[in-house]
Amino acid sequence: MSTYITHKADTRGKADHGWLTSFQSFSFAGYYNPDRINFGALRVLNDDIVAGGKGFGIHPHDNMEIISIPLSGALEHRDNLGNTKVVGEGEVQVMSTGTGVFHSEYNHNAEEEARFLQIWVFPKELNITPQYDQVTLDQAKMNNRFLPIIAPAPNKEGTSIHQDAWFNLGVFDAGRQETYTVNEPGHGVYAFVIDGSFTIDGHRLDQRDALAIEGAASVNIIAESDKARLLLIEVPMQP
Amino acid sequence: MIKQPINILAIGRNGEIMQVMQRLINVPDKRTGRAVTTDEEAIAACREETFDLVMLCAGIDESAEAGIRQQLAQINPNAVVIRHYGGGSGLLENEIMMAMAGRQA
Repeated sequence: MSTYITHKADTRGKADHGWLTSFQSFSFAGYYNPDRINFGALRVLNDDIVAGGKGFGIHPHDNMEIISIPLSGALEHRDNLGNTKVVGEGEVQVMSTGTGVFHSEYNHNAEEEARFLQIWVFPKELNITPQYDQVTLDQAKMNNRFLPIIAPAPNKEGTSIHQDAWFNLGVFDAGRQETYTVNEPGHGVYAFVIDGSFTIDGHRLDQRDALAIEGAASVNIIAESDKARLLLIEVPMQP
Repeated sequence: MIKQPINILAIGRNGEIMQVMQRLINVPDKRTGRAVTTDEEAIAACREETFDLVMLCAGIDESAEAGIRQQLAQINPNAVVIRHYGGGSGLLENEIMMAMAGRQA
């Protein structure tokens, strides 16, 4: 039997630091909601807005798979692995932080704000050698279908993390219907609406709403508006 | 009601990250603590003072974890032992709150 929990956008945590506004789907930093700790291996989904020229100074991470999906603007990334990169809309950045990484992420543009999703997934294995990856997504392959931007290796359409997780991104026309088939029995699917509106297994979702789905073998998705953009995150429910 | 300050011991192998942890776990009136990089330092610290919470950080493998837990069970049996994820990140506050509230993700 499938279970569904809707996370409306306005029930997320919010932090406003001036240079950073963060909407948090799960408990993070000063936001603590015992009913919103994680969804299986998915631990963090922050919807971040970084002011022009500002950003996260050098700081460490370890034992976490960190995925950044820019929605507008670009971030300038530096780390102690030797990477200096700019990651912008249409790209995905992945850090497997393992035994430890120090990095900074600044808005690449001095004037315009940058918006991105910052997503953390518990790793399948602890203390791995840190890795960085960044890929450019084929926008045409996201029109009216899902592109597996993250999938277990080898993933020729995107990249991979150290977890049995699938991230799918698609942009749909109003009325378009899709069925997402869950890759592994027992996995959960977290559907996060980036833009527009959808009905997912009968549950209406608007911009930045999410639906946590457990126990489903497949998920029925109907776009309710044009250019509706949806991120589906499939993860093991036992992190 | 969680008693404060909470006394925390953090153990991890990445020295630079443990320096950050040392800073983050010490919050006046709220938390005190020590961050160490070896099991020997950890056990010595536990013999010197009583910790409410022990956080196992990056680099602590299953074998080391088992050893630490075994020693702690004798020296400091009331300490809650948890894994810390993220390297002194935005999860730290949550992890401490959950551990002290007797629950864990």
